Amino acid sequence: MSTTASTPRPADRLREADQPAPRQVDGLTAWIDDRTGAAPGIKYLMKKVFPDHWSFMIGEVALFSMLIALLTGVFLTFWFDPSMAHTVYNGSYVPLQGVEMSRAYASALDISFDIKGGLLIRQLHHWAALLFIVSLNVHMFRVFFTGAFRKPRELNWVLGTVLSLLAIVEGFAGYSLPDDLLSGTGLRAMQGFTITTPVIGSYLVYFIFGGTFPGTDIMPRLYSVHILLIPALLLGLAIAHVVLVMVHKHTQYPGPGKTEKNVVGYPVLPIYAAKQTGFFFTVFGILTLISTFFTINAIWVHGPYDPNATTAGAQPDWYMGFADGALRLLPGWLELDLGSFTLSLNVMLGALVLLPLVFIIQGAYPFLEAWVTGDKREHHLLDRPRNAPVRTGLGAAALTAYGILMFTTSNDIMAIKLHLSINDITRTYQVLIFVLPPLVFWAVKRICISLQRADREKVLHGRETSRLMQSAEGGFSELHEPLNEYDRWHYVSYEPTYPLLEGETGSDTPGVAGSGRKVSKARAAFSRFYFQDSINPVTPAELEAAHHDHETHEVIEASAEPREQIEAAEKH
Amino acid sequence: MNEQNQPSAEVVPTGTSDADAVRLDQGHIHGEGGYPEAFENPGLPPHTPRLTDIDEAAAKRAERQIAGLFTLSIIGSILFLVGYFTFGVDARNWFPGVGVMSTTHLLLGAGLALGLLGIGLGVLHWSRTLMPGEEIVESRHHLASSDEQRAELADTFVKGVEGSQINRRPLIKYSLGGALGLVSLPILVQLVGSLGPLPKDDLYVSAWSGLPDENGKRTFSAPRLVLDPENRPIKASDVTIGSVFHVQPEGLLDLHDHVLEEKGKSSVIVMRLDPGDFADNDLGRKARDWGHDGIVAYSKICTHVGCPVGLYEQTTHHLLCPCHQSTFDVTQDCKVIFGPAKRPLPQLKITVDDEGYLIAAQPFMEPVGPSFWERD
Repeated sequence: MSTTASTPRPADRLREADQPAPRQVDGLTAWIDDRTGAAPGIKYLMKKVFPDHWSFMIGEVALFSMLIALLTGVFLTFWFDPSMAHTVYNGSYVPLQGVEMSRAYASALDISFDIKGGLLIRQLHHWAALLFIVSLNVHMFRVFFTGAFRKPRELNWVLGTVLSLLAIVEGFAGYSLPDDLLSGTGLRAMQGFTITTPVIGSYLVYFIFGGTFPGTDIMPRLYSVHILLIPALLLGLAIAHVVLVMVHKHTQYPGPGKTEKNVVGYPVLPIYAAKQTGFFFTVFGILTLISTFFTINAIWVHGPYDPNATTAGAQPDWYMGFADGALRLLPGWLELDLGSFTLSLNVMLGALVLLPLVFIIQGAYPFLEAWVTGDKREHHLLDRPRNAPVRTGLGAAALTAYGILMFTTSNDIMAIKLHLSINDITRTYQVLIFVLPPLVFWAVKRICISLQRADREKVLHGRETSRLMQSAEGGFSELHEPLNEYDRWHYVSYEPTYPLLEGETGSDTPGVAGSGRKVSKARAAFSRFYFQDSINPVTPAELEAAHHDHETHEVIEASAEPREQIEAAEKH
Repeated sequence: MNEQNQPSAEVVPTGTSDADAVRLDQGHIHGEGGYPEAFENPGLPPHTPRLTDIDEAAAKRAERQIAGLFTLSIIGSILFLVGYFTFGVDARNWFPGVGVMSTTHLLLGAGLALGLLGIGLGVLHWSRTLMPGEEIVESRHHLASSDEQRAELADTFVKGVEGSQINRRPLIKYSLGGALGLVSLPILVQLVGSLGPLPKDDLYVSAWSGLPDENGKRTFSAPRLVLDPENRPIKASDVTIGSVFHVQPEGLLDLHDHVLEEKGKSSVIVMRLDPGDFADNDLGRKARDWGHDGIVAYSKICTHVGCPVGLYEQTTHHLLCPCHQSTFDVTQDCKVIFGPAKRPLPQLKITVDDEGYLIAAQPFMEPVGPSFWERD
């Protein structure tokens, strides 16, 4: 396609008629563009750049496992019958032959024993659902601890929060469907905690169950929620979530060459598309391996649901564990007798209040942090978790509380396996839920600050070379090698932070803190909580001073201390 | 004010390493002494080519590895098909390292996994070795539109509202508000009103009050206690000390419909204690008096969230709910001694009939199961 020849030659005239050989793809793109006008848009998308990092893959695992659960779920609908009609089992699983059960349970058994490959699909469906919720949560931790939820991505964080709530409701509806003993016990507990809703509780459960528990309506109702209502919402919100990611362009970790104004990575065609395809197949393959060799939810073990029967060690799928754990921790005296009414706070707080509360706090966090920091700028470079010690500490404390509740769900199994008293375990957890989160907050925050100090140390004094030098006087010292500019950038490329002072009209940085608006007392206090222990990055002047004056180490470190000290120093 | 707060991207380093050092005990001194406030972004580090970029032999090797993985995938898919068409659904075989398991489940699973992983890992390997390995930079634009565009949008809304005249014509505004508010009601009422019946007294009665007749009326008839699932009445003399029976009222297990609904409220656990084991207090005496010769009957439905209280410790006479570990002391009228439940399990007053069979002396005197708002 050389068209730059400055002097035309006679032979060029002959070549004018030459057209490049027609390519098939030209016809295809022309056909599509004629009907959509989308050629530039598709080209833009195909050349779009996505940054590459292993932690960005976790959200993709969530998306892919959701798709796999949808696909296998469609298969299951072809054989599953969500009916509470009575039947006598005569399938090929011998121990249950002749047992009376519901059509739902019988068809779930048929999928497991009489339909070739049915068990594999059922196991894939359950494992994919579990992986979906695990990866969705880990993805959320990544987004939280790297500050990826900051402007302009708050909306996407809220979408993700709604997705994670829907996912666990979907999971609960799903494992309630087989109508085996465990799933019926789960529904029984659901009926039992819903009925504690103040004023309308008993009406609510009679509406949900169509009368007395368990009734025959709940299964078809759960089924339409599980295969129609929530999947449609999940899919729609997941698409919106991904579209917003593309609109915002993906965040990237800080590093040499990466700025707030660029995206460094690989284009969709061919690399990103290939990696996504390969990754989808890999996730699918690994889930298939797990489903082949590890049984989840062996519905045939305990038989059909019977309100009079139960198994020891009953517990929900892991993602409902925190709510079930809360039910186990809340003491009975929280049930209040209000004359002719009963307010069962012992149940309500764990089952009806905790779940929405967790998701409201989660969804609101970006807005709370933005209010405290007064930061209204766009952020596309991620934080290293250590560079936001208070946020990292808060996240770790929240995870600790969540983890304690989740482990409490296994208090009976722990008691058996560890030969401990279940009462002691439960009481220990009742104490830990209050004591451990603040401790973890403090410890994680201090660890972050120590890591930041170590980073400063490395920048100021270089990396240790393990080479010893003997001086003329006979003393030994280790040689330190200064960092090159690329390595150094890794440690210094974050923004210094300072607490907002009360009454101050915000910081000078454009867009930061209510420009012109006075900082309120509460906000200043929160700001101090977030930033008073900030360790700020090494500046060139500090590095230069470190090179010239080795006696000033202490002073250098002190200068990274709170802003009040700095200002005090400036006044003198 | 802190000028050192400013981002420094535009500050160009003017100093050299020979410049005078700044004494840090003089405080933060930025931009003086020739130093920028912060380090400059050094830009992308130079690209290091991969082995496959510079060595054709390595690239060939990668090509063979990728093709090998795709071949594995083909073998996996064939394995799946062979497994599907060769074996019956109930075939079971011994497999090394796994033991005896369903042949089709294993072959189908392993075949599908291989088929998927071969493609997945092959494509990933391909993208990492042969596809372009150099990162490229795309610029990012400020997301927000210009102020004019935003104002135009706001204008559009304002003009739209003006054009509709809704603010000038309150009659329309308020009647529409009322209509919109009301039109949601029919839809909501249909849904909520038709979902289920009102609870009425359903939470207060159980099959111990009698099984419902055609009109749903229950008449108490002192039913015998029958074993669940054997459906056999129990002679008081058969209940030895330390034994525990799961029982239902006579007739319930003969029902064709609503068996589970009735069981959900009527399940009862029967235990026999040495009459001397009951606590010497009002609770213990009441428990013993409502029983027969040390035999006592309690609702098996937990007062916490309704799981069956299924574990009985004979030595301590404690009942334990396996769901959330509420623990009830039978010697003290099933008072809660541990766990999240508040109320004791309701006791069923029992006695014996002429033939010595255990019967209910009266129905449950309170609703069984979890607490609810309007419960006394």
